[in-house]
Amino acid sequence: MAKGMREIKRSIKSKQNTKQITKAMEMVAAAKLRKAQEAALASRPYADKMKEVISSIASGAGGSKHPMLQTRPIKRTAYLVITSDRGLAGGYNANILRKVLLTIKENHRSPEEYAVFVIGRKGRDFFARRNITLVDEITGLSDTPKFSDIKEIAARAVKGYEDGTFDELHLAYNKFYNALTQVPTLKQLLPLGQIEAGTDKPDYEYEPSSEEVLNVLLPKYAETLVFSALLEGKASEFGARMTAMGNATKNATKMISDLTLTYNRARQAAITQEIAEIVSGANAQQ
Amino acid sequence: MSTLRLEIVTPERKVYEKDVNMVVVKGIAGELGILPNHIPLVTPLKVAPVKAKIGNTNEFIAVHGGFMEVRKDKVVILAEAAELGADIDVSRARLAKERAERRLAQKQSDINAQRAEMALLRAISRLESVIDQ
Repeated sequence: MAKGMREIKRSIKSKQNTKQITKAMEMVAAAKLRKAQEAALASRPYADKMKEVISSIASGAGGSKHPMLQTRPIKRTAYLVITSDRGLAGGYNANILRKVLLTIKENHRSPEEYAVFVIGRKGRDFFARRNITLVDEITGLSDTPKFSDIKEIAARAVKGYEDGTFDELHLAYNKFYNALTQVPTLKQLLPLGQIEAGTDKPDYEYEPSSEEVLNVLLPKYAETLVFSALLEGKASEFGARMTAMGNATKNATKMISDLTLTYNRARQAAITQEIAEIVSGANAQQ
Repeated sequence: MSTLRLEIVTPERKVYEKDVNMVVVKGIAGELGILPNHIPLVTPLKVAPVKAKIGNTNEFIAVHGGFMEVRKDKVVILAEAAELGADIDVSRARLAKERAERRLAQKQSDINAQRAEMALLRAISRLESVIDQ
């Protein structure tokens, strides 16, 4: 019995260590989540303003003929998948990667029909294991990414659409609702489709011309959308990690209390048995 | 003196927000001075310092590309990166300028040359933003 007790004790100790770690990770994720949410919020005015200007041009005459606004026959589709570098974030990476893989399997018959861009180590490893070649990848982003960090990959994806390498660009990321809910989302980024005109737009002058302005603005806008998705993805990552680590801490607490109960029971049994032995030994001597 | 509100926004944050008397920028079609009650205008910008005139003082902001939207009493500049003149590290910008010039002189591949040229423009813009102050 004594040996069994030692094992239980060791097991309790190890669970306590795990719990300490998961607890710490939960708190770190919570702090980072707040920062990520703030960053996502701070990036909004930029994207909103751009959309406003673009929609006011596009709703005007002649603007909507730009290739980025028009759909064309689809021969090749590109996916830009946003994942994290590190695991221990619940289903964060698995969900989004499964969704992308399913979509690819459903819609494409040969690898020539799609191209994959990846942000994050988890996504890169996932596709590498499945022998899916990546057009471009970026890993090791900081927790508060800057626009310049992803500018290159975003510009490359947008460029590929512009020069006709592929005819559609989809963005795959975890949409952030709150700390508990993140929904894997596949969103069409390009073509942008018809941007509906908002109300009370002032009549702008364009210098040098409206097409020229649109030519500069649309690729930038697409890149900005990628950045917004990345920030939202980061918020989702920390939300997912916080929840996952919270659950892990709870489970550890439960296991510890169960094990403690078992341990106490075993200890009691050992004492009882010892007393019984002493008593029966004393009886035998009489 | 009438004023207009100048806002400079990057994807990461709002860099600048102040009431100014005049804004001078370098658009891709040439230099523009914007006074209050300007006609609504949209134009892409070059990599160059933006000058904001407040009373008798001038403030400079190094804006790296982007575009400008003008309304009657408001100017919004959207750029991928922008730094206030006061925040710029002069020695770093100077180093960057020298580095870019060296690279340009070496005549490498087109992409590298292009990159170096952009870096040079940014460095010059930064330096001008500080020195004019």
